[in-house]
Amino acid sequence: MISPEEPKKFKLLVHQAQQVAAEIFRPNSRKYDRAEHEYPKELDFLSALMDGMNAGGSRGAGAAGLSRSVPSTQGTVNGANMSTVLGLIELCWGDVGLALSLPRQGLGNSAIAAVANEEQKKRLAGCWAAMAITEPGCGSDSAAIRTTARREGDEYVLNGEKIFVTAGQRCDQVVVWASLDLRKGRAAIKSFVVAKDNPGLKVLRLEHKLGIRSSDTATLLLENCRVPAEALLGSPKIDTKQGFGGAMQTFDNTRPVVAAMGVGVARAALERARDLLEDAGMALDYAADRWRIPAAVATYYELESEWEAARLLTLRAAWMADNGQPNSLQASMAKAKAGRMATQVTLQCAELCGALGYSEDELLEKWARDAKILDIFEGTQQIQLLIVARRLLGKSSAELK
Amino acid sequence: MPKRQRDLQGVGLAWLNRFAGSKTLERLKLDKPAEQALYQASRTGFKVAGMAGRPFKVVKDLLSPARLDEARRYELFDLSLTDDQTMLVESVRRFAQELIRPASADAETHMEVSEAVWKGGFELGLALMAVPEILGGAATQRSPLNTALTAEALAWGDMGQAVALLAPVGVASALTAWGNSAQQMQYLASFASDNPPDAALALLEPQALFDPARPACRGAKQEAGGWRVSGEKSLVPLGYFADLLLVGVDLEGLGPRLVIVQGNAPGLKTEREPAMGLRAASLSRVKLDELVIEETAILGDAAAYSHAIALSRLAWCAVAVGTAAAVLDYVIPYVNDRQAFGEPVSHRQGVAFTVANMGIELDAMRLMLWRAAARAEQGQSFQREAMLAQRYCASKAMQIGSDGVQMLGGHGFIKEHPAERWYRDLRAVGLMDGGIML
Repeated sequence: MISPEEPKKFKLLVHQAQQVAAEIFRPNSRKYDRAEHEYPKELDFLSALMDGMNAGGSRGAGAAGLSRSVPSTQGTVNGANMSTVLGLIELCWGDVGLALSLPRQGLGNSAIAAVANEEQKKRLAGCWAAMAITEPGCGSDSAAIRTTARREGDEYVLNGEKIFVTAGQRCDQVVVWASLDLRKGRAAIKSFVVAKDNPGLKVLRLEHKLGIRSSDTATLLLENCRVPAEALLGSPKIDTKQGFGGAMQTFDNTRPVVAAMGVGVARAALERARDLLEDAGMALDYAADRWRIPAAVATYYELESEWEAARLLTLRAAWMADNGQPNSLQASMAKAKAGRMATQVTLQCAELCGALGYSEDELLEKWARDAKILDIFEGTQQIQLLIVARRLLGKSSAELK
Repeated sequence: MPKRQRDLQGVGLAWLNRFAGSKTLERLKLDKPAEQALYQASRTGFKVAGMAGRPFKVVKDLLSPARLDEARRYELFDLSLTDDQTMLVESVRRFAQELIRPASADAETHMEVSEAVWKGGFELGLALMAVPEILGGAATQRSPLNTALTAEALAWGDMGQAVALLAPVGVASALTAWGNSAQQMQYLASFASDNPPDAALALLEPQALFDPARPACRGAKQEAGGWRVSGEKSLVPLGYFADLLLVGVDLEGLGPRLVIVQGNAPGLKTEREPAMGLRAASLSRVKLDELVIEETAILGDAAAYSHAIALSRLAWCAVAVGTAAAVLDYVIPYVNDRQAFGEPVSHRQGVAFTVANMGIELDAMRLMLWRAAARAEQGQSFQREAMLAQRYCASKAMQIGSDGVQMLGGHGFIKEHPAERWYRDLRAVGLMDGGIML
């Protein structure tokens, strides 16, 4: 039954997220944009709320609830992927950086949810896990990572440098991607959960950024960092056929979430721009003659349609995950579309609103800075297009580089 | 009230699952060699030139208009097709693949749909889709979504022929939704007959920046009652041989309304109006010269008129989605086969990323169409969603049409491949009003 509408059952959840966004994120938005690297302590008491959302297991929302479900035999399912996406749209309407700073909602939490075994899940329950993939010498090409993990008795010894680790300062666990054997390529890359207080793990510095300044972005150094063998997520075997599988499945689940962030921040810009346009005497009327509306209104409608397109692609990807359908293609489509849409919409809303769009008096300029990261992290626009193209054309990564 | 017996041929699309389309399609296949011969006896061949139109007899007694139920509000986010819809899409897609697609070039040259394709559409039950059961049709529930799915599948075969086949469906939908019992008795039942009328919705006018909400086609009020209507309608599918037109007219004292005009009405002149594309749809200029409109010919109210505009734009979105899907399906094997610099051109990001974007925007177009159509189906407001879908499809479908030619390079520019026709057809999406509707 085709009905691409937000499900009624998540109305309460969406409303709660909207309250958080409006009453806590927005009032602190500019403050932590200016005070980069300061810990947004206002978020601490929110953890309780988010924990409550997660407590429901697969029915809950949040990073730890993300995973592809088993297909249901009783009609369509709107589950954790959908509720997380809907919740995050609201939170990122409030502030993307602060949403990324919510305790225990790290990307590492999603990775743990996707690939950890039951024992690990139990041991790591309630942690705040960051994700450390990127290195100074590799970004999108994650197969080229140089960080190593050497087995010594019951332990692994990790060595390397990780950059762009979101929440790398504030988290209490870091999921580190490292190679068991540099000669064996991507199949040898495994993820390890490293406690933040491990003496072999150091925060070297925090970055100063274009946007999402309230979210800490850390450089981490692993120096003879010893972790127990149980820290390895997934299978320790180097299976050259299986390759990246586990690690990449995390992305199938989290890409719609990042897409949702783009949908949220773009909606913030659209709503504010609409208010300011109406103040300037522009009326929005969807039944109006399409050719004789003012250029500003026509531009606005174009942006709104781009937003709606990205939103529906995002909800589709989440819906597929909830219903046990493989959604790698659709997740990348959503991420590609929402990433570029968020940048385009926030930038053009700033332009439409003139001085108000550019001045720090409004948040429009900030949203335009915040949005750019959404077309970069969790796989850049170009990486998403590669994934989509390979799927549509039936090409391997060796053929279509 | 006695229920009219339906003959087997006349059973509707979604109800086709009873015999799964197999018999019909086998027959269509057998008919294939006869296709060429039938072309000589084409649509217009049956009609005396300049004498389009036919009598509409009252065939039913209706005390009140036959309306279709609206679908119930659905509480979950869902993108699954029902079993009926899956059957529907499969049947129409097969028809499109086996009959419509191979006939594309011929239909374009002849500027009309072949009799074999009309027959196939008839046997599929296209005309019955929108006619309530009580009038001999197959519809139990108003379903813009089913029409959208049908339109997409038809247009995948060929957009011009799809528009021709869908034009009467739109008129039947309008009569079902807004017709009073007299209008339904006179016109609607004929759509479920063995010889359904050629009919179309005529809204567009030949002027730049045309706004269908303010038609220049005007009716001056007569003292004796009724109006005298003069004006011109443009790019009307099937127009020059239509039996029935729903024309958008600004009636003095009332405002813009749909009016029912029979093809043989005095004061109605029609002529071919060939255009950049959609040539198979027999696009026509329709001129009304002091044509008399009685009050009984007015279909629906002001709200019906604006709904018709929105539902028409959604129908154009649906054929755009189908055509864009055809482009993508054609381009993918082409760029995989085509070699340059020692490897398939699809191994280059310049080509591969274009294909990726075609895929992304196609899916987005479809989702936007589905949302607007589902809202219309469930009786929710859909003005905003229809407008956004229309803008989006207009721009993205044209981009896909252009990329389709581009990906084939020089080969895209010549008629050996259908890419150039899709390019011409897709230009229509952004400027069309009327013609077809969901």
